[in-house]
Amino acid sequence: MIIGLDVGGTHTYAVLLSNKGVEKSVRVTTDHEDLFSTVLSGFTQLLESVDPAQIERAVISTTLTTNAIIQQTMAPVGMIVSAGPGIDPEFFRTGDHYYAVSGSINHRGREKAPVNEMQIQDIAKKMVDDGIQYVGVVSKFCVRNPSHEILIKRILNKYFKKIFLGHHVSGNLNFPRRIATTHLNAAVFSLHKSFFEAVKKSLVEKGLTVPIRILKADGGTMSLETSMNFPGQTVLSGPAASIMGAIPYAPEGQDAIVLDIGGTTTDIAFLVDKAPLLEPVGIQRGSYKSLIRSLRTDSKGIGGDSVLRVKDGNLTIGPDRQGPAMAFGGPLPTPTDAMIVLNVMDTGNREKAVAGIETIARQLGLSIEDAAEKVFKTCCTIILKKTFVMIDQINSQPVYTVHDFLEGYKLSPQKILVLGGPAPFFAQKIEDLYQIDTLAVPNSPVANAVGAALARTTCEVSLYADTEQGIVTAHEEDFAEPISKTFSEDDLMETAYTLLREKAINAGADPENLEEVEVVEFQKFNIIRNFSPRGKIFRTKMQLKPGLIKGYETVLH
Amino acid sequence: MLKALHKTGLVFFPAFDWAIDPTHPEREERLLYTQDQVTEEGIFDIPGIIEYKPMLATAEDIRRAQFCVPDEASITTESHLISAGGAKVIADAVMNKEIQNGFALIRPPGHHSMRVSHGGRGFCHINIEAIMVEYIRSRYGVKRIAIVDTDCHHGDGTDNIYWHDPDVLFLSLHQDGRTMFPGTGFPGELGGPNAKGSNLNIPLPPGTSTEGYLYVINHCVLPVLEEFKPDLVINSAGQDNHYTDPLTNMNFCAQGYAELTTLLKPDIAVLEGGYAIEGALPYVNLGIILAMAGIDYAGVVEPDYNPEKLKQSVSITDKIKKTTKQINTYWSQRFQMREDAGKPGEIQIRHKEIFYDTDNIFERQKERIRICKDCGGCFEIDSQATPGFHILGVHIPINACPACIEKGYELFDAASREKYDHVFLMDRPKDAYHRKN
Repeated sequence: MIIGLDVGGTHTYAVLLSNKGVEKSVRVTTDHEDLFSTVLSGFTQLLESVDPAQIERAVISTTLTTNAIIQQTMAPVGMIVSAGPGIDPEFFRTGDHYYAVSGSINHRGREKAPVNEMQIQDIAKKMVDDGIQYVGVVSKFCVRNPSHEILIKRILNKYFKKIFLGHHVSGNLNFPRRIATTHLNAAVFSLHKSFFEAVKKSLVEKGLTVPIRILKADGGTMSLETSMNFPGQTVLSGPAASIMGAIPYAPEGQDAIVLDIGGTTTDIAFLVDKAPLLEPVGIQRGSYKSLIRSLRTDSKGIGGDSVLRVKDGNLTIGPDRQGPAMAFGGPLPTPTDAMIVLNVMDTGNREKAVAGIETIARQLGLSIEDAAEKVFKTCCTIILKKTFVMIDQINSQPVYTVHDFLEGYKLSPQKILVLGGPAPFFAQKIEDLYQIDTLAVPNSPVANAVGAALARTTCEVSLYADTEQGIVTAHEEDFAEPISKTFSEDDLMETAYTLLREKAINAGADPENLEEVEVVEFQKFNIIRNFSPRGKIFRTKMQLKPGLIKGYETVLH
Repeated sequence: MLKALHKTGLVFFPAFDWAIDPTHPEREERLLYTQDQVTEEGIFDIPGIIEYKPMLATAEDIRRAQFCVPDEASITTESHLISAGGAKVIADAVMNKEIQNGFALIRPPGHHSMRVSHGGRGFCHINIEAIMVEYIRSRYGVKRIAIVDTDCHHGDGTDNIYWHDPDVLFLSLHQDGRTMFPGTGFPGELGGPNAKGSNLNIPLPPGTSTEGYLYVINHCVLPVLEEFKPDLVINSAGQDNHYTDPLTNMNFCAQGYAELTTLLKPDIAVLEGGYAIEGALPYVNLGIILAMAGIDYAGVVEPDYNPEKLKQSVSITDKIKKTTKQINTYWSQRFQMREDAGKPGEIQIRHKEIFYDTDNIFERQKERIRICKDCGGCFEIDSQATPGFHILGVHIPINACPACIEKGYELFDAASREKYDHVFLMDRPKDAYHRKN
């Protein structure tokens, strides 16, 4: 049997799954001040009268790092960056202990200016005096040549508890995002470590000794050990859990929209043939941009508890929440009240809901029913409009080859899957309004925990081969090997697959779930100097796609 | 915070799967390192910098600017159409005020492609800027446009297309034609009789450095633009003036390009040549993008940049000053030169021979233009390509006067079907294109 636990904004759900389906589910109130007790009480209630020896797997999705970012409770850490030619690295400052140092590597990975070891020594001493324990080191183009980062780490080793290097974060180019991501890993490390060590200890005390897996933003899992090097990857795993929970109900061979309608926000994501769409570079929310692999989600500040207002004769919904719906004792009218007025929902205090919607109706000059109808319809329209904007953005993403330009995939969803508390009510309305096949995911509140429980291990490797320089590298994996001039595309793919497999198994993948391999990118270039060929450059990215582990999907239907 | 001062649009289309041939300078690898640099710098994450996806230009788009022989499809590939389409996308975004300025980083280039195109010359098959400019004129009705060509090679294609157009000012800065392909672009080449002085060719001696380029910009280009008062400034941004370019002999640098861009303030920049793909393009393109967006570019310096080594000699400086003075004199006399060029209604003839180095075609032209004081004047081009076709192309300019419109149709109707393989009419006022045969 397997366990999935998802810490949500209001409630935390934990489920126990067997190959017959959901055996048990529990709900506890999320205490953001004390996530440890929340998680622990979820496990305690779930494991009551269950033999821990029967558990094969446990996956946890938390809001620990997300909260740390939002509440700005991240620990101060040091950052050393070396930029070389380009934009002033001062723009990417992460805090007080940020040092731009000399040294430069170019786009081919060639050293153009050396590291100044004395300079690094001086900075290290200064940071020690400032009480810094964790440091991130990032050099521009380190994914082509990490030698400067490694050299700087060697100098720093004796001064600090743990050092995070930029080239381990991702194989993607993007210096500013690499700085932000490395900084995040360093800054949430101690929080993440103490939290999960405590969880692990408590679970062992309960007799649960299976390795714990942690859900990542890309809807995949990683082992606890792997997470210690990349704690930042757990950020925004909540939306990922719900999207994974929708996968069993997604159509095969078609595109689908996933809407997770909560109290305050609605998360929007897309599935292509049951596989979630990923962000091209990494998580971004507002001005925060990272290299963290993530599902492509966006959220709109609208949900069941969004506040309704009338401004200049126009209805507005959200983006704020001032409490529950009036029908449940809240202070202001909400879409939930409108659904109760329309008898779409049959809970709460209907009189209070009617009173709330009446204030809106009066200002709009409508009858109570018409006003409620207008609220409900407007909610659906706002959510779907945002969804269509996202589809347009995805379809107008730039491409860099004639082939991709002419043959590029166009996302065209034919089904909508709705999750969240009010899912069944919205699903019907959306289908009526837009004539798109819409389904409310059954047992929706638990779906997130199920999604976490069934998520398989994901990972990606980026390889770069340069036959002129005679080397194939995947610096993210600390891999570099000499190659001959005859190194071919097939050799590259074989190397990539070997590395991917190794990485996946290290991150806790089961051998039976290693088949969903996808070549995300492949490029090949002839290097020509003075009109004669000097070699070839090959680049590829290969990934284990996010998806569900085998053997459980059908039991949910 | 890092933010673009001017909202800047970029189309980045490196055509990673297209080359003229595998070892040609115009090959897949050309923008690879530029893309790496731009991506590593996080350019597309900067608020105010917007990346656009190119579109496909159509045969109709090309027909506003050029006579393609035998037709558009025969001399273009998808890559050419995406390249021209990329420039169009930037033009739309600028004209619709979504962005303040934009840079189309596209390949293949186009500025050696002339009014009549039988194929590839100087790595160009169709003229990207001209297709974009004619699209802007037809779609948005923009009257006065200036094209400043800073590629190291004379932009003879664009020069040719706007030779008779007084409303499009074409300025080209390039390495002296006596030392460089295509061997043209001398100060005396000033445009046709109806448009004298609206083409200004500024040859620069080999070895010209940043100092020389910026001298010409400050003492010639900017004052001329100031007087011409264009509604739109376009920069054909070739990057082969760089001190490491393998095909040229100049000493320009990334800082210089960025400064030139800051001074010129182009509304639209379109990438042209530039073949120092590792040592120059990544830095030059980054410098241009930052300059257009109004972001500090002081840190964009080539790793091996040594200004002392690149200093230009006193004799070069003197030559440049002399040329600048000469060009400014021509410019001040432009109206008089047009007055003296001929009598209205009279037909003037020009013979021209063109070699297509990329496709090995030799073309002989006879051009007949109607002298006109009311518009650019209609003209016909009798063009015989070897190997290739014998065609006649008639052009009626976009702001044509009634007499020139009438004359244009007269020339088209009179053209003999027996003599020519194809006869074309480009009716720009009506945005129409006709062909006989």
